[in-house]
Amino acid sequence: MNNKDLLNLIDITVSFEGFLALNKLNLNLQKGELRAVIGPNGAGKTTFLDVITGKVKPTNGEVIFKGKSLVGRKEHKIARLGVGRKFQSPRIFENLTVKENLEISVTTPKSPLNLINKSIKDEQLNEIDRLMKIVNLAQKVDSKAGSLSHGQKQWLEIAMLVGQKPDLMLVDEPVAGLTDEETDLTADLLKSLSGENTVVVIDHDMEFIRRLDSNVSVLNQGTVLCEGTMETIQKDKKVIDVYLGRPED
Amino acid sequence: MSLTKIKFDKKIVLSFWIILIALIIAAPTLLPVFRLNLLGRYLSLSIVALGVDLIWGYTGLLSLGQGIFFALGGYCAAMYLQITSSSEFPNNIPEFFALYGVEKLPFFWEPFRSPVFTFFAIWIIPALVAGLIGFLVFRNRIKGVYFSILTQASLLVFFNFFNGQQKLINGTNGLKTDVTQLLGQMVGSEYMQRIFFWITAVLVIAAWFFAKWVVKGRFGNILIGIRDDEPRVRFTGYNPVIFKTIIFSIAGGLAGISGALYTVQSGIVSPQFMTVPFSIEMVIWVAVGGRGTLLGAILGAVFINYAKSLVSEALPASWMFIQGGLFILVVTALPEGVLGWIQGDGLRNLLQRFGLKRKIETYPSLEVNNKEGNNE
Repeated sequence: MNNKDLLNLIDITVSFEGFLALNKLNLNLQKGELRAVIGPNGAGKTTFLDVITGKVKPTNGEVIFKGKSLVGRKEHKIARLGVGRKFQSPRIFENLTVKENLEISVTTPKSPLNLINKSIKDEQLNEIDRLMKIVNLAQKVDSKAGSLSHGQKQWLEIAMLVGQKPDLMLVDEPVAGLTDEETDLTADLLKSLSGENTVVVIDHDMEFIRRLDSNVSVLNQGTVLCEGTMETIQKDKKVIDVYLGRPED
Repeated sequence: MSLTKIKFDKKIVLSFWIILIALIIAAPTLLPVFRLNLLGRYLSLSIVALGVDLIWGYTGLLSLGQGIFFALGGYCAAMYLQITSSSEFPNNIPEFFALYGVEKLPFFWEPFRSPVFTFFAIWIIPALVAGLIGFLVFRNRIKGVYFSILTQASLLVFFNFFNGQQKLINGTNGLKTDVTQLLGQMVGSEYMQRIFFWITAVLVIAAWFFAKWVVKGRFGNILIGIRDDEPRVRFTGYNPVIFKTIIFSIAGGLAGISGALYTVQSGIVSPQFMTVPFSIEMVIWVAVGGRGTLLGAILGAVFINYAKSLVSEALPASWMFIQGGLFILVVTALPEGVLGWIQGDGLRNLLQRFGLKRKIETYPSLEVNNKEGNNE
């Protein structure tokens, strides 16, 4: 652990009635880093996000974010500390418009009093405009989010994540169900977000991960099997055995 | 809930309001006293329905215990009226106490000597009780059907308590208000009933505007967010417990006002206000009128209750079947209620079926968007 680290997971163990979803997992993230996390089904990828965001309390271990322990904190408190999460299937508010969805994410402070008697700040409206341009939804401002296509929903959720201005963005399978072109655009978008933000991307799609051009952590059976660049992990024998299989050519 | 909201011309809206206000002013002269009194009672029920719409239609909390807060408001009003009209009775306390040999006024009656206290108590006490119950339930993340069961269980607890406390609040007999005095007038008199009708009409409109203000903008959007995907709201940094507690408390306050108005117009408050069927009926009014439409809650409460009294006069004993049938019909055929159906695509679909309107040929969203673009 050093002071450049934004997040440290130390010996995290999560046990669901005896089944170890995570087993002494250790992982460190530096500020501004883009990190891809891959692993076969059941490797504990989503549980790993659940632990950071407070949805699941680890049986053992510590989560240190910006020098503070996250274990035992409520989800909304962790979110306010600067941890944002995008879910596997797009989780947006389908009965609200695109703009209303983004308003919910950019609004601060997130107290009932602020929401009920003050109108939204100008800088927040500008931020919404900026976000809608980035994700190409400017023409859909007043459409119900439920009427968007799958790809647009994914992007709206990414925009909502960015609008929250988190220090740490956790992105779970952002390109599931997207076209190749959309996938490439998403990869570029996530790359452009890192540097200023710290981004963790979980995905199965190897092409997408390769395009992210980042360090990769491979999870297997609840623990980190190997870490390094795409080239390194592709040569790692353990990784080949459990996950990648033989190279195609 | 509905994709398209009907937009009215400003002139139409203005004339609607003028007609409405004229009708309210004229109602006491147009309607016989009996019908006027019924209308006033049903209008007061529409306020509790607005609260149900806020918590259920917008926030997704199906409470089957709104009768608690409704009755609390009614009891507050009745206690004030009884105690201020008790000067000729033994010990200067309400008459019923003598039946049970009570000579000293129970302590919690004392503050109800004050009209100011009562004015606030009618809505603040139910709101506080709702806030407390709500906070405990929501903090423990009890939701869905468990929340409904819990509210119904609380209702039964309150019912049994009020029903059994003869020495405190006259138990199952309840507190009568029609023979009490207010401002030198008999509460049950025609003159006072007319005043109560007007107060009720004004308060229904005020409550409607208040509810519209609550759900407008980002606060209302968070409520809808909680209804549709509560964990997502949480991960965005909002604490749903606070929002749910606030809206449940608001609904409790509205129920209290509603109960007080209903009590003075029906002449009595009793534990019957806290029976299980009555609280379920409140949900039915909203379901039939249209969840998440506010206006639907008002219309549902007034029309279903008017239908109830008309049907009960003509065919006694058949109302329960009709009400049950209505509920089944709405749940199966019109899940968004009558108003939700009209505001949505319901009317257009019906007209199409009879060949009165052109069918949509592509995706509805495309056609609607194009129309907006071309200003047709």
